[in-house]
Amino acid sequence: MAKSESIIPQLIDKHSAQVLKDWLAQMTATGAAGGDDLSEVGGRFFTAFRQGIASAQFDDVGGPAWAPARGILEELSRSRAIKGATPTQTATFVFSLKSPLFNLLGRELKDAEKLAREVWWATLLLDKLGLYTTEVFQKNREEVIARQQEEMLELSTPVVKLWDGILALPLIGTLDSARTQVVMESLLQQIVSSGAEIAIIDITGVPTVDTLVAQHLLKTVSAARLMGAECIISGIRPQIAQTIVHLGVELDVMTKASMADAFALALRRTGKAVRDREQPTIEKKAQNAAPAADE
Amino acid sequence: MDQIPILKIGDTLLVSIQVDMHDRLALALQDDLTAKIVASRARGVMIDISALEIVDSFIGRMLNNIAAMSRILDAVTVVVGMRPAVAITLVELGLSLTGVKTALNVDKGLALIRQMIDGQEGSLDRREE
Repeated sequence: MAKSESIIPQLIDKHSAQVLKDWLAQMTATGAAGGDDLSEVGGRFFTAFRQGIASAQFDDVGGPAWAPARGILEELSRSRAIKGATPTQTATFVFSLKSPLFNLLGRELKDAEKLAREVWWATLLLDKLGLYTTEVFQKNREEVIARQQEEMLELSTPVVKLWDGILALPLIGTLDSARTQVVMESLLQQIVSSGAEIAIIDITGVPTVDTLVAQHLLKTVSAARLMGAECIISGIRPQIAQTIVHLGVELDVMTKASMADAFALALRRTGKAVRDREQPTIEKKAQNAAPAADE
Repeated sequence: MDQIPILKIGDTLLVSIQVDMHDRLALALQDDLTAKIVASRARGVMIDISALEIVDSFIGRMLNNIAAMSRILDAVTVVVGMRPAVAITLVELGLSLTGVKTALNVDKGLALIRQMIDGQEGSLDRREE
């Protein structure tokens, strides 16, 4: 559609202050504000919007003339996606421009046929802008989700050194193939760099162990064994022990109920032991306490 | 043709695989190694694969076979220096080499062989008592 066919650009140019004021009022009324400084963002967008509709291809939202407007919408969508605003709130930013625009058209155009045509064009344009906003909003939300997933994956697989030659791998959350891969890689890498002989895999934080999770655990154990490190699986809760037996899974590895037991075993395997220190403190206390009692 | 050297350290044979293994080389190694175990009356065999970047199912099976052959000839086998990527690949292939002992590096491998040989002799001594 060519610019000359529509009178919207001229009308907005003529009544820009009024339209902007109505629009801002409309947004405040519909709750599209979402905590932003409306007059600032709104003013900037409105300027860009006028620049867009003043161009030759005024409904070509993807065109170069609309670049500033798109930039502002992207910025707005991003900030709202991070703040956790709803898609409705975000899209209403653009859609609430309809009301002042249609009012303006209604006031200025008396010919019904012409009015209908102009309203149609305005709707088309604003819908495109609104859809664009929603799309960007959604893309930003997806980015946030993807980043969080990645961070969780990184965070959820720490390899901890408990002692010289003893590593611990506390697993939290369900083990799927992707996580098993990450777990395996970081464990094996750590085995190489620390020269560990024993790795304790703690599954206290694994909510359920089904055949698939068990298979993934066994894979990790086998891989560690191929590198010359023994694995102990610890933190098996009573329900999980029952599930494993009911499922008929053969866990052909050393298992311990708690991390403490596993650590004790690991120390024994590496030829170390934990023992109570001789406690002179208690005897001293007793000696100190004795005279006090006499008095 | 390439040949993989077999070094004798005390009563242990050290095989360090430094070149890419192809199937014929693997078979030749089996021949050489079994002959050498018999000739040198070795008690332990250590296979260092730290330079191997690719281990396929054939090489995996070869390692298993070597371990089994050595066992028959009364020598213990330890595979040392496997890379993480290789370990993951073997596990994904379903080859967990259950018949083979493993160690992280040559140092630990030698200690393990020593320990296993001592363990065998210890149990024999006890039986004789």
